[in-house]
Amino acid sequence: MKADLSIDFCGIKAPNPFWLASAPPTDKAYNVIRAFEAGWGGVVWKTLGEDPPAVNVSSRYSAIYGKNREVVGFNNIELITDRSLEINLREITAVKEAWPDRAIVVSLMLPCEEHYWAEILPKVEATGADGIELNFGCPHGMPERGMGAAVGQVPEYVQLVTSWCKKHSRLPVIVKLTPNITDIRQPARAAKAGGADAVSLINTINSITSIDLDRMVALPTVGGASTHGGYCGTAVKPIALNMVAEIARDPATQGLPISGIGGINNWRDAAEFIALGAGCVQVCTAAMLHGFRIVEEMKDGLARWMDSKGYRTLADFAGKAVPNTTDWKYLDMNYKVIARIDQTACIGCGKCHVACEDTSHQAIARLVDPVSAARTYQVIDKECVGCNLCEITCPVQGCITMVPQQTGLPYMNWTQDPRNPRAEKVPTAA
Amino acid sequence: MLEALNYIPHPTASNGELATHFTDLAPPLTARQAAIESARCLYCYDAPCTRVCPSEIDVASFIRNIHDGNVDGAATGILKQNIFGGSCARVCPTEILCEDACVRNHDVEGRPVRIALLQRYATDNMSFVDHPFARAEPTGRTIAVVGAGPAGLSCAHRLAMLGHDVVVFEAQPKAGGLNEYGIAKYKLTDGFAQREIEFLLGIGGIEIRYGQKLGENLHLKDLHARYDAVFLGIGLGASRRLGLTGEDAPGLLAAVDYIAALRQTDDLTALPVPRRAIVIGAGNTAVDMAVQIGRLGAELVTLVYRRGFDAMSATHHEQEIAKANLVRMVTWVQPREVLLDEAGRVRGLKLEKTALEDGRLVGTGETFEIAADAVFKAIGQGMAETSLADPLATLLKRSGDKIDVDNHFRTALPGIYAGGDCVAPGQDLTVQAVQHGKLAALAIHADLLMNMEVA
Repeated sequence: MKADLSIDFCGIKAPNPFWLASAPPTDKAYNVIRAFEAGWGGVVWKTLGEDPPAVNVSSRYSAIYGKNREVVGFNNIELITDRSLEINLREITAVKEAWPDRAIVVSLMLPCEEHYWAEILPKVEATGADGIELNFGCPHGMPERGMGAAVGQVPEYVQLVTSWCKKHSRLPVIVKLTPNITDIRQPARAAKAGGADAVSLINTINSITSIDLDRMVALPTVGGASTHGGYCGTAVKPIALNMVAEIARDPATQGLPISGIGGINNWRDAAEFIALGAGCVQVCTAAMLHGFRIVEEMKDGLARWMDSKGYRTLADFAGKAVPNTTDWKYLDMNYKVIARIDQTACIGCGKCHVACEDTSHQAIARLVDPVSAARTYQVIDKECVGCNLCEITCPVQGCITMVPQQTGLPYMNWTQDPRNPRAEKVPTAA
Repeated sequence: MLEALNYIPHPTASNGELATHFTDLAPPLTARQAAIESARCLYCYDAPCTRVCPSEIDVASFIRNIHDGNVDGAATGILKQNIFGGSCARVCPTEILCEDACVRNHDVEGRPVRIALLQRYATDNMSFVDHPFARAEPTGRTIAVVGAGPAGLSCAHRLAMLGHDVVVFEAQPKAGGLNEYGIAKYKLTDGFAQREIEFLLGIGGIEIRYGQKLGENLHLKDLHARYDAVFLGIGLGASRRLGLTGEDAPGLLAAVDYIAALRQTDDLTALPVPRRAIVIGAGNTAVDMAVQIGRLGAELVTLVYRRGFDAMSATHHEQEIAKANLVRMVTWVQPREVLLDEAGRVRGLKLEKTALEDGRLVGTGETFEIAADAVFKAIGQGMAETSLADPLATLLKRSGDKIDVDNHFRTALPGIYAGGDCVAPGQDLTVQAVQHGKLAALAIHADLLMNMEVA
């Protein structure tokens, strides 16, 4: 394979872009060494805080499942490291020394007072770590103490703490953002204004995964009660991708390195984050569900795909999808697709028909053969608006395709559309 | 019952060991297996499995209920269409019905959802405190049902649900018909047939009288006179004859009689088991017979059929069961003579090879012999003529063995309905019989209501 997966992410070098996110898998040397042995490019060490360390409860995780009990969403109520600062720093030093080519970033969470940061940063720097990540995202437990997402939700605090870190350390500063906020661009801009070298996102999303209907309590249940946790895993990927894209295409933060996090399970997920502007990715849930070995297939798959596309380095395709991510108003109003059903592939489940008939545009007819009573499903072209619902409901991959139509009409966006009562008076290309 | 075989030796294996040969052919799904299997259902719209189900079970709906952990909801969905949903889950030839229609066959997987096992899961694991169906206000009408098989009891259950009282007349000492007496032991195990009936009767309003045999101690004219309507679910009680000399010799027996004895005995070692057996026929009963006699210890079991595999009424799935149980199947042969030994007992069959000539089956004249210690005939069932011998019954219109009925299961005689194997429409399947009984009940109810309005 020709592809070179190595990265230089805001000055932090790593042999590949796959890092383990700050979380249980990076809690101590034992885990991190196993991760490096498995081939991970870097880790963000589980968040350090002030001593005495945090104390965790028993019963910490819960999940939601797909039809076959595959985990699609994961929730945790674990706090930051529950080990002393001294032990963590000693282990970081030892691991970095043993694995000099791998990236070790240290996640930090401290109260919003400068002296805490001024005190800890030299100690972190002394470990030989490559950078720090500011945990402004933890959505459970820590915000009740004025840290984590409680900081990340206030852009002024984000800027302030970032600037302290830049002031008291030479290490690159990555600001980890919380998604539990209306407009992700605001804290990203604040981080940049504070001097951040990069942002990482998303942290977990406030969540309650399910309720035990017998005991009438949410999961995970601690004694007789529960609390909201942080949601991650496959289900959050779309939210993460959007937030990454928002920052990547925001002129105010353009060029700010992004470490993409959220539901990354495989090389394809990673490639998508990179295409939307991420310079590296962080993984947690997938590793927690399958073990560290998954990085092998991630690296292999990404490299082979890059080879097939002729990309030598990650930079060759990083951010390539950003220009194609735009505001709704700039979409082409003259673009048209129509569903096509491949009758030879159709298995006759009728799902496209009932979906369209009940909830969309009555554009798929159910035809009953008068002799055999066999059913066929046929798109009524003139009713089809090209919504993709049928393609989505179809259980047979590739059976329904959305075929672009030759309308002969030029590009015309909503700002130019005569049907727009507030259309800007801009002449169309034609 | 098995006097014709009373000189045949008994199995050498112990009852306990033999019993292991008659446990579930298709073991039930565990909860986790049911969850995995139900997840495979695509929840089709206008689902082909439901369209093909003779009893109109909404398959996609009950499977979705299983997947959502609503087992009682799933069971109710099944039982409201088919009160014998539990036994149908075990005996229905789903490989030619719902599972054949499953769209997953056409998917790249090429393997249907295991609908029968899911249906069994729902009906085995339902946990109703009360009977799931309530009876309507009493109508004051009482209906006679003849035959406590699937057709008769399905009819009785639906009539009871509609508010009628029902008296069921059954010739045998137990209810259930072929479920109790005729299905291969490993398809319907333990006391399931009786448990299912007990559940069915839980609705109330149904009385079963045993030892009541139509044409002997029970007469259609009396029932017609005494009850508001009569439903005949009498099945086909007579085994067809080969029409050969030696047919009544010791060593030759109808397969259904042997299977009944096998199902009823508590001691499998008490059964006569020939060393070499021949089964004549190609339906499910023939396969059931051949496989079961093999499992009891017969060393050489040969099934003979006058046509080819394609023409067998035993489904491909059944044929595979026969092959897996080392039944030798000889096709394109017809029995010519029952060979007897000096004592006048069966010693084998003389068979003639057959062929198709201009679409007609003909004997080729070439004969050969197969030695056997017993011969079982499974060449189909016919109407037991004594059943319909009374003056009123002779007025029932028939086509051969089958009683003629209209679309509402009305016979030629007003107030007399019939369904199940004894009537013309459809295949002779349990599920079909259940559907007949259900639809006949609805017709009886509608007809009685109309008469009430007229009166």
